[in-house]
Amino acid sequence: MTPENTQSPGQGATTVNTGLAHMLKGGVIMDVVTPDQAKIAEEAGAVAVMALERVPADIRATGGLARMSDPDLIQGIIDTVSIPVMAKARIGHFVEAQVLEHLKVDYIDESEVLSPADYVNHVDKSKFSVPFVCGASNLGEALRRITEGASMIRSKGEAGTGDVSEAVKHLRTINAEIARLTSMAEDELYVAAKELQAPHALVKQVAADGRLPVVTFVAGGVATPADAAMMMQMGADGVFVGSGIFKSGDPAGRAKAIVQATTHYDDPSVVTEVSRGLGEAMVGLNVADLPEPHRLAERGW
Amino acid sequence: MSPRIGVLALQGAVAEHVRALQAVGAEVSTVRRPAELAGLDGLVVPGGESTTMARLAAPTGLLPQIRSAHDDGMALFGTCAGMILMADDVSDAAALEGFERIGGLDIVARRNGYGSQLDSFTADLDVVGLDSPLPAVFIRAPVVESTGGEVEVLASAAERPVAVRQGRMMASSFHPELTEDHRLHALFVQLAGA
Repeated sequence: MTPENTQSPGQGATTVNTGLAHMLKGGVIMDVVTPDQAKIAEEAGAVAVMALERVPADIRATGGLARMSDPDLIQGIIDTVSIPVMAKARIGHFVEAQVLEHLKVDYIDESEVLSPADYVNHVDKSKFSVPFVCGASNLGEALRRITEGASMIRSKGEAGTGDVSEAVKHLRTINAEIARLTSMAEDELYVAAKELQAPHALVKQVAADGRLPVVTFVAGGVATPADAAMMMQMGADGVFVGSGIFKSGDPAGRAKAIVQATTHYDDPSVVTEVSRGLGEAMVGLNVADLPEPHRLAERGW
Repeated sequence: MSPRIGVLALQGAVAEHVRALQAVGAEVSTVRRPAELAGLDGLVVPGGESTTMARLAAPTGLLPQIRSAHDDGMALFGTCAGMILMADDVSDAAALEGFERIGGLDIVARRNGYGSQLDSFTADLDVVGLDSPLPAVFIRAPVVESTGGEVEVLASAAERPVAVRQGRMMASSFHPELTEDHRLHALFVQLAGA
């Protein structure tokens, strides 16, 4: 992105907030459920941790509603690590977001991994000082989140599966939609904005820059160093790894390997070396085998 | 000939530094391996997570090799995390323990010295050598707790040094790469080319 766009992509996004996302680029953000796991993630080279009560694979396994984590848990993780701490609020749950801001988390993830609190509206993120990252499975969704004040986007993928195919699909979709905008005549961008259900000014900016105006990570199904390197080669700014690390046989080893593969994504010799002897990856679920109502990526609108 | 400047590209705000350096006329390359340091007049160590960068550099011993290249004449400019990696002393180094840093800059830095992301801020700074204020973006910035005798303070905010110079080293606790004002990069390219 061009630096001038860091100024104010959406109403709530400030230079310090979009800027923090720039500092995370080329890095791995890891889901952790305890201070001990947060320490392992930091020790492995994570650029940030996502504090939550259950990783997506366990949310799937246990079923029921998933909500914001206990403040004690989040506080415990903030007190344990020196890297940025993110935490999840339910889609549309602006009071959970207020609580997370009060706890001084560094980023709030308004996340489809939790059960939505509002099936129509997302949080008005422009009302907050703390930055937000939001999921998107296509360009229109990403632009609506940015309009609401998101400072960072992550493609959704399908969390808790270890199946990278949805992450690939969503990143390819967003990239293809951006490429299409860049080839359009200026007078076609009005209809494009209508179709994307996003503001024309933002659509025009994306068409001119050839990319989203905020840092874009990939999430949902990344489980191996090769998965992470593939997402980086496809143009991701960085990766979120959820269940993939702490649901595997050797979390510390796998976390380190994914960090190295994310930086040296274009060097197969490094990706090969770090992939050796990592033990069992998370067991995983085929997204195709998930009945539709259990697909988290369909939450968010 | 324009100075050849590298940007350490392990993690963080690499692209922004590349653009700023190009805008002020440097010939820019990225550095992830020790061999890529050859022939550079200067190297920018960008913002990002210092803990992550120290770990990514460890397998090839990249950071001590940056120090040797500096000792052989390569100029260094560290921003935020880069400043921490260049500092001789980091007062809360627990998460960096066991990992080599670049060192050489005679300051004591404290990571995230201003607080959490909610305490991140912007300010216009008077900088030695610039004739009008420089916009500066501080993001979970380090605090410079003290500076040694050889260190020249180029700018301060709230009575703390935020930009410093020592011989062929420059460092800032803020992010000059996130604004369109590239004058600090121009000062560095001038230093590197001298």
